[in-house]
Amino acid sequence: MTAPEAAGDAGDAGAVEAPEATRTTGAAETPEAARTVGDAGATGDAGDAGAAETPDTAQTAHTYGAARTAGNPEAAEVAETAQTAGDARAAETPDTAQTAHAYGAARTSGNPGAAEASEAARTAGNPEAAEAAQTAGNPEAAETPKTARTAGDAGAAETPETARTAEAGNGIAERRLHPVTPLRRAWAPVAVVIGWAVHDPDGAQRHLTRLDTTTLLIGLAVILPAAALYGFCSWWFTRFAVTETELRIRTGLVFRRTAHIRLERLQAVDVTQPLLARVAGVAKLKLDVIGTDKKDELAFLGADEARSLRAELLARAAGFAPETAHEVGEAPSRQMLRVPPGVLAMSLVLSGATWGSLAAALVVPPVLWLATESVWTVLAVALPLLGAAGASSVGRFVGEYDWTVAESPDGLRLDHGLLDRAHETVPPGRVQTVRIVEPLLWRRRGWVRVELDVAGSSNSVLVPVAPREIAEVVVARVLPGVTVPERAALSPSPRRARWCVPVWWRGYGLAVTDAVFAARSGLLRRSLALVPHAKVQSVRMTQGPWERARGVADVCVDTGANKTVRARLRDAAEARELLEAQAERSRTGRRDARPDRWMA
Amino acid sequence: METGSPQDTGPAGTQGAAKTRDAAGTQGAAGAAGDGPVWIALPPGLLKMRRLLLVVWLGLISLAAGLVPGLLVGPAWAAFALPPLALMVWGWVMIGRNWRSWRYAERADDLLISRGVLWREETVVPYGRMQLVEVTSGPVERHFGLASVQLHTAAAATDATIPGLDPAEAERLRDRLTELGEARSAGL
Repeated sequence: MTAPEAAGDAGDAGAVEAPEATRTTGAAETPEAARTVGDAGATGDAGDAGAAETPDTAQTAHTYGAARTAGNPEAAEVAETAQTAGDARAAETPDTAQTAHAYGAARTSGNPGAAEASEAARTAGNPEAAEAAQTAGNPEAAETPKTARTAGDAGAAETPETARTAEAGNGIAERRLHPVTPLRRAWAPVAVVIGWAVHDPDGAQRHLTRLDTTTLLIGLAVILPAAALYGFCSWWFTRFAVTETELRIRTGLVFRRTAHIRLERLQAVDVTQPLLARVAGVAKLKLDVIGTDKKDELAFLGADEARSLRAELLARAAGFAPETAHEVGEAPSRQMLRVPPGVLAMSLVLSGATWGSLAAALVVPPVLWLATESVWTVLAVALPLLGAAGASSVGRFVGEYDWTVAESPDGLRLDHGLLDRAHETVPPGRVQTVRIVEPLLWRRRGWVRVELDVAGSSNSVLVPVAPREIAEVVVARVLPGVTVPERAALSPSPRRARWCVPVWWRGYGLAVTDAVFAARSGLLRRSLALVPHAKVQSVRMTQGPWERARGVADVCVDTGANKTVRARLRDAAEARELLEAQAERSRTGRRDARPDRWMA
Repeated sequence: METGSPQDTGPAGTQGAAKTRDAAGTQGAAGAAGDGPVWIALPPGLLKMRRLLLVVWLGLISLAAGLVPGLLVGPAWAAFALPPLALMVWGWVMIGRNWRSWRYAERADDLLISRGVLWREETVVPYGRMQLVEVTSGPVERHFGLASVQLHTAAAATDATIPGLDPAEAERLRDRLTELGEARSAGL
């Protein structure tokens, strides 16, 4: 796709698909903008000659539209790169191709810094620079250390080991993962061989008998270097860099992938240490970004490096000035809650899921044996059942062992695990729903379990078990300004609802406070779901024929974590009022809500 | 960011209403409470398309169900054609009812979509929460000059689709919603 076309298409698409990017459009409609489109087209063409080979170009063409309408920090960022590209003649970096396209962006950007950068960008649009962009089409050129040499003077490489390639003058140092990383896939070929042997035992045996020492040695001589080379390449070509607004991850030798993660969109950063990684002293950094199914992760980093990188990312995401983000370090934390192993074990003993799965695992296989007398059937059924029973009892104990909740300025810290230690952070203000679950047998002890949904994150447990009062304090911390409604404050469903849902209708209840929409459900296992009004994305009212006959309706609120909270069986008139009022509260709630950058 | 004024929706709302049938106004009165929203019904194109598809498919099925046993076994077995025919009549009525139940309203700060006969559902999407507005049109829809508008929020459960719109109206709605979404953008 040529650049002018892309400009046109992307301009349209951008307007529709990125309402946020276009928020601060402003200058974009000026005649100058029109001119820059033309210019960018020209530079785009010049750049195309060489750059078109890089997969990045297509991507760039897409971002062009969004960039044109500015307001998008990425555009400003690229424009900055453009500036440095103009200054430092470091146009060998692939970014130059991007620069040529981003030319228009700087023009129309509302960012004052970007405006001056556009001047530089124009120089980047010069034939010379365009020529340089051509060389940028060659990935090797970008990879060579030469880039680092030409990379301006601003001490781009403090540590030559980690910052081999530095982007011109910006001081953005690209780093590599920990050298043990390639070994994490070392088990894969072994697993393949074992899998093949199990799948086809006869064939495996036949092949094994045919195998003699020479073939084995030759095979090893081929496979080992190949595997080592693969491991080395995958490690060598995976780099990451933290810029002021983004975390950039580049991977892949043949199929290149460049992920730019906007720090302000970062939902949470987790450090996990699987058992083997704990032995090796490394850790995995998981990044939760909204709207991505596949999680980006940096695996593995040195344990200390992972911790300091997490601190830096969180500090930047929280809005600390970039210069200080390094020094802020790990925010101080104060322990709020620690679950003793005894209580955790007791809570698992008292929960129905544990006994249910155990009973199923113990009862179903013998019954099946009596019925079929086929070993394979019994095994096929028993193994998953035993697995489920193990996961719900021992697995949960191991995973939730020593569960610690600590409070820190960048969110709640969750540390847990007996074998695999995980350190998670739940940023306040990003929690979409909180559920307070109270199984039947916990009620006498006053224990509750708190689950939560964060958009784009898999963290789902906030507190595995805790006395209600303490759990409510934690909830108040994670949903600022929210008090959990009393049981008495929840209004029950009307009595006539018993015809719709016999007996269980008593479990439903609803309370709407200034801050949250709280809906309770369940009779034996009570669950109270809290949704802050600011997190409500849309509101629905549904009413089936049976419900209409009884004059009741359900109200559903949809949140960003793909969870829907239903207030079931409300009086129809009340539900209609609720629908209106909730939409209103969803709008105004956001206005009063705390900013996403909660420390800015 | 709540700068939306009711006047904003005025012209567009009436323009949209003017484009659709007059029936929209009278229908809206039923569901509106108080100063109620201006409900806009779907244009008849969707009804026509769905009924035609129904007649074509069930017509073919009933023909097959009637002819094959009728010719192979005996004339009496042609009665197999009756169930699909009954289904067709029932579907004809149901499609009409369903089509009549669909309506939407653009208000100052949110979009209302109401639908369903037996299982009624009414959705409210604040403009500020829209992430993406999509206009889609399949080959059959295009043949009948129809397009549907789908709103996406950060919640996947938000099922806010308006099917069977006039393409011009769909584009107007898309542009209008995008514009309003920008003005009231609220993130997640």
